Amino acid sequence: MMVIEVKDVWKSFKTVQAVKGINLNIPKGKFVALLGPNGAGKTTLVEMIEGIQKPDKGEITIMGKHWKGNEDELHRIIGLSLQETRFIDKLRVTETLRLFASFFNMGKPRVEEILDLVGLQDKRKSYVVNLSGGQRQRLAIGIALINTPAILLLDEPTTGLDPNARREIWDILKKLKEASETSMILTTHYMEEAEKLCDHIVIMDNGVILKEGTLGQLLDNHRSLDDLFVSLTGRRIYE
Amino acid sequence: MNRMNRMNQLWLLVCAHFHEIVREPGVLFWGIIFPILMALGLGLAFTKKGDVLRKIAVVNTSGSARNDSSALQVFLNDKCIKNTNNKDGDYKWKFELKDQKLGNSVFLFYELDWDKAMVLLKRGTVNLILTSEKGLTEYHFDPMNSDAELSYLKISSILGSGIIYPASGSDEIKPLTITGTRYIDFLVPGLITMGVMMSTMWGISYGIIEKRSKKLLRRFVATPMKKSHFLIALISVRVIMNFIEALVLLIFAVIAFKMTIQGSIIALILLFLAGNIAFAGIAILSSSHTSNTEVGNGIVNFVVMPMMVLSGIFFSYHNFPDWSIPVIRKLPLTMLTDGMRSIFNEGAGLTEVSLPIVILTVTGIILFSAGLKIFKWH
Repeated sequence: MMVIEVKDVWKSFKTVQAVKGINLNIPKGKFVALLGPNGAGKTTLVEMIEGIQKPDKGEITIMGKHWKGNEDELHRIIGLSLQETRFIDKLRVTETLRLFASFFNMGKPRVEEILDLVGLQDKRKSYVVNLSGGQRQRLAIGIALINTPAILLLDEPTTGLDPNARREIWDILKKLKEASETSMILTTHYMEEAEKLCDHIVIMDNGVILKEGTLGQLLDNHRSLDDLFVSLTGRRIYE
Repeated sequence: MNRMNRMNQLWLLVCAHFHEIVREPGVLFWGIIFPILMALGLGLAFTKKGDVLRKIAVVNTSGSARNDSSALQVFLNDKCIKNTNNKDGDYKWKFELKDQKLGNSVFLFYELDWDKAMVLLKRGTVNLILTSEKGLTEYHFDPMNSDAELSYLKISSILGSGIIYPASGSDEIKPLTITGTRYIDFLVPGLITMGVMMSTMWGISYGIIEKRSKKLLRRFVATPMKKSHFLIALISVRVIMNFIEALVLLIFAVIAFKMTIQGSIIALILLFLAGNIAFAGIAILSSSHTSNTEVGNGIVNFVVMPMMVLSGIFFSYHNFPDWSIPVIRKLPLTMLTDGMRSIFNEGAGLTEVSLPIVILTVTGIILFSAGLKIFKWH
């Protein structure tokens, strides 16, 4: 069963065509990476899946449902972590989690589970403003997971983090993959992140999908994803 | 979602906004202590009158001051205290006009040539130049300068006939120092209403724009949170904070300046709430779209600055041109301030302030609804 279906979706902003006729199907329980450089259209595509942006053309369904008229129901089954979100600075970690838990009618037990899952038990009384970048990102992922979502959308979850903090995030997501049937879309421009975490990798550039498949399928004739990207675009992903 | 869960969600939102405010140490100073300091400073400055220093230039046109027998020189030599240690630029004569009711005036006379006197007049160091011509005292001053005119009136009453009238001439003057007529009675209601406007506009409007720019609004609406709960919590917390700030300022004014509320307390509370509703509506409308904090800064200033200047918070708006008064009276801050002052100082009740209460409430509701219609959550 496909949890997310994207059919011939187009989106433009003024003179910029951000997404050009993308088709994508995400099966239940699969972790999918949208890999590409800045400006590839990854975030726009995820925002359309989140229901924040409306496609100019095409159709997106989540669990077979469109966003229009089903917002409340879909918000309950989706967890998301946005790029560079900041929470309320002078709220403690537990208070922040309790606030978000209340939106899903969940209470303290779920907050405790999340604190364990993201490893923030010892920071439970800290103000959000006093957390490090990695701890703040773990909190963001904890909030995304608070409703035990069927679909998890993570936009650049490790951008700007040091290697240790990045690995901590990966460990959390690996645990989640082992323990649940959550489907995940993760946007990233880190090859290693896509390789380590995801079953399916979608390489994007200039609003289109250049190639997609499992890591094995993509690396058929190439040494690395970086080589593949060079062969597809003539440049490296970081350029 | 059942009622219990909805209330829990709203309660946690209120707590979150409340913590966000009270855990910021600056809030205590700017929200509570600063208005008190302002009331204290302005209250003392305009309630207790100290000695007023008036500097006057004397230009001797007859050559030697010693041989001059004009009324001016006789007054300076016989009635004033001569400054024996005067150095260059220091005053030469000093005269004190004692008046317990209107406050003492201290006149300092500087002996200068005409050119130097003009320079000091232009600089504002002196505002009156005295000369003597054929025994008559001449007064040179800018008639548009009210302070210079007052110096002239005071000194001419002494010099005019050569007779000094100290305080006896003011026996019939009754300075107004009874409660309700002092400057502090005028000031405190204005400080309370200005606090409501500033706190609501910056707290709600700028707060929303900042949350939008930090993508926090977008994160909130990606959950099943009721959007109305978010705004209700934000406004409720701000009203509670405004109430606490106003109460502390009022208690201070009552203790320090013996201020009283002469009108209806219920009318005062209702008017206070109506003012909060009006400014909350303005705040929601003005923060409904932008996510740029610089633009937000400009929008908030665009709303608050004209009202701060025009609405008569520190001084009466009746000093503005007559044609502008009807417009100024219709500004929300003017309406709120006038209503507050009438309750505090004129003993107004619910009947007298019912119109501003209705207008402010309706204005707030209309602007809130309009703001919600175009509100951008992400």
